Amino acid sequence: MSAAFHVEHASRSSRIGLAGFAIALVGLAAAPAWGGRDDLRLLSEIYAYVALASLWNLLAGYAGLVSVGQQAYVGLGAYVLFGATILFGMPPLVAVPVAGVIAAVISLPVAGLMFRLRGHYFAIGTWVVAEVFRLLSSQISALGGGSGISLPAGIVTAMASSRQMREFLIYWVALALVVVVLAAIVLLLRSRYGLALTAIRDNELAARSNGIDVTRTKLVVYVLTAFGTAMVGALIFLQKLRISPDTAFSVNDWTAFVIFITVIGGIGRVEGPIIGTVVFFLLRQTLADLGSLYLLMLGAVAIAVMLFAPKGIWGLLVERFGWQLLPLERRLRLTADPRTN
Amino acid sequence: MEWVNIIIQGVLIGGLYAMFAAGLALIFGVMRLVNIAHGDLIVLAAYIALMTTDTLGLNPLLAIVVVVPIMAAIGYGLQRGLLNRTLGDDVLPPLLVTFGLSVIIQNALLELFTADSRRLKAGAIEVASFQIGEGIWIGVLPLLQFVVAISVIAGLQLLFYRTALGRAFRATSDDQSVAQLMGLDNRHIFALAMALSLAVVAVAGVFLAVRTNFDPAIGPARLIFGFEAVIIGGLGSMWGTLAGGIILGVSQAIGAQINPGWQLLAGHLAFLIILAVRPEGLFPKVQG
Amino acid sequence: MPEPLLDVRALDAFYGDFQALFGVSLHVSPGEVVAVIGANGAGKSTLLNCIAGAIRSRRDAILFDGEPIGDQAAHAVVGRGIALVPEGRRLFASLSVEENLLIGGQVGRAGPWNLARIYDLFPVLAERRQVPSTSLSGGQQQMVAIGRALMSNPKLLLCDEISLGLAPIVVREVYARLPSIVAEGSSLIIVEQDIVQALKAASHVYCLQEGRVALTGSAGTLTREAISAAYFGA
Repeated sequence: MSAAFHVEHASRSSRIGLAGFAIALVGLAAAPAWGGRDDLRLLSEIYAYVALASLWNLLAGYAGLVSVGQQAYVGLGAYVLFGATILFGMPPLVAVPVAGVIAAVISLPVAGLMFRLRGHYFAIGTWVVAEVFRLLSSQISALGGGSGISLPAGIVTAMASSRQMREFLIYWVALALVVVVLAAIVLLLRSRYGLALTAIRDNELAARSNGIDVTRTKLVVYVLTAFGTAMVGALIFLQKLRISPDTAFSVNDWTAFVIFITVIGGIGRVEGPIIGTVVFFLLRQTLADLGSLYLLMLGAVAIAVMLFAPKGIWGLLVERFGWQLLPLERRLRLTADPRTN
Repeated sequence: MEWVNIIIQGVLIGGLYAMFAAGLALIFGVMRLVNIAHGDLIVLAAYIALMTTDTLGLNPLLAIVVVVPIMAAIGYGLQRGLLNRTLGDDVLPPLLVTFGLSVIIQNALLELFTADSRRLKAGAIEVASFQIGEGIWIGVLPLLQFVVAISVIAGLQLLFYRTALGRAFRATSDDQSVAQLMGLDNRHIFALAMALSLAVVAVAGVFLAVRTNFDPAIGPARLIFGFEAVIIGGLGSMWGTLAGGIILGVSQAIGAQINPGWQLLAGHLAFLIILAVRPEGLFPKVQG
Repeated sequence: MPEPLLDVRALDAFYGDFQALFGVSLHVSPGEVVAVIGANGAGKSTLLNCIAGAIRSRRDAILFDGEPIGDQAAHAVVGRGIALVPEGRRLFASLSVEENLLIGGQVGRAGPWNLARIYDLFPVLAERRQVPSTSLSGGQQQMVAIGRALMSNPKLLLCDEISLGLAPIVVREVYARLPSIVAEGSSLIIVEQDIVQALKAASHVYCLQEGRVALTGSAGTLTREAISAAYFGA
């Protein structure tokens, strides 16, 4: 006998949203045709932040694991890439997924330790882990120790037939990566795991008593996030062509900005980090010269958002208009029972 | 003999770490808040001490008398005006707001004072030391700071367990709603706890300023030291926090002796080992 | 007719969207013992929590000594002379017996009750004053909870199910102290599931049913049938 209901995910606004995404994707994939070198770099940076913020959002907004140490995996991914290419001759683009895998493996024992801490203490604990990674990487003299190292010219030129081709290649990989990350997150949230995550987010105790293995679900999310974050980190530094412990593990670049983006855009909703990144880059284009004042303002705005509009910009829009860009709702649709008709 | 001196130095700086930790542990005990801006507030205290000594020409150690009330007032206002609004069941708001605060303080200090390294001069006391045994020397300043740290911690213990205010703190920590029924205004109690925490931070900040070079960016590292001391020591008592600070200080000293680049790593390692082997800390709270 | 000490007028109470009390009216005269009875979920604890300020209400829904206090916070209400012995005792686990009592006196109201008088009332507590409060027996914990409330020298003492979880003999012991409390100048509202005990102790009774006053009268004149009907709903 067939099921008497099915779960519907899409809504009118999400259909419009998905269509919009598809159109944007085509346009962005064609960017090498219409954009200059600087445009491609800016877009790559935007993709990186959308991916990082979406991953952080998954960890904090859905799994309730607020980490201020994700820079650990950004840097780890980057260092694995540099190590694999410089010390083992691996092709750089192959090294990107390898960095992800290695980070995922390392994240297991890290989680084992970090999960012993709760809430606020977990957050600081992740920061300690990032610090440990940073200190360890400055001990690796083969990769430049404390001052860092540049990617050797030979490796760089071997990537593609010309500098322009190389930049196009990296750009497309960056675009593909952010699309894959977003798609993976949407699919995860639509799955059984996603339902478990929402339950955990709403009430962990109730989720547990409903048979959800909370620890395992959180572990899965933590490892997947590490995997994704490391790949993004590897790609970021592949593009920069240079690495050092302080830049690879920078709290400001890879955590402060990411957190502010997600908070302002809207925590706990997939669209939030996308909106937040757009706002962040708009602000940066207009206010870039202000240096530390810029960070100061960002911090103040984030605090204000947290206090007065805790669901962020997207949260406000959802409340007002009920929009969703991506098909993530769950609505029960009863199919008519043929016997009663 | 070298090792004895190393251990002693580690123990003495452990007192400073214990002070970093005491302020953190206090607030967490009373209101379950971990202040990510804690380290930056220590640095803020150091800069306030700098301004005080520059304008009043005081010896930094005397400047404590000025810095403590200023920081306490900042603590009261901060809690009452901002942080009280973030308290509740959700972990996210206080974490994110204090993180935002941390960024704001760091960058405000950067704007006001630039990234230049500073240091406060305390005079001859900085280099004075005396001998207590064959080749074993103790610096006067580190010893003074250790004694102050112990006094602060003893003072906090006394306050918590022998005074009406301490009773109020403990009761509020146990059961916020029933504490209200006793006539305790939570908003006021929390603000007092933060004021107390920042008073301790003020003392720690002044000693930090005299002891090392400081700049706006060193806050997070102090937060981490305080945090590690709390975890190593356990949340049971202030004396546990002192033990945690000492263990951290000694680990760092031993690490530095083996290889200068390993100082911080050794401390982190001690923390991670305790986390792995005895996550509740060495002196955990005994659940009644 | 003397003005009531406590005058509750058409009190509504909500937990979010859920309404727990519907237009409840009640009054307590000075020196009176009033019982509030009713089944589980009838709203008895909610009523006490509103009076004590733990739940905010309409300003003039609750008048104490003629003053409207409905919208005052709990820590202000206790300063006016209303003290609550919460359901389930809720002693402070980190505090000893004596510290629990002392914190009850935190608000600093003048009156006959102090540590010595509480120990007179409950001698067994004097022997165990430094012990962590949660290591006492249920009956002793109840005494601490009552003593803690008395330390604020209330004009009105609210007792929420003080017989809960206690053996009958212990309940009788606790209730035996109530007359001395009244004699020292406090009026009482006792919320009880133990109807027999409530009727013995109180002069006036209110019966709540699903958030409404279903029955009220002086303890002596109410029949068992009337109470049953009001308790369970006819």
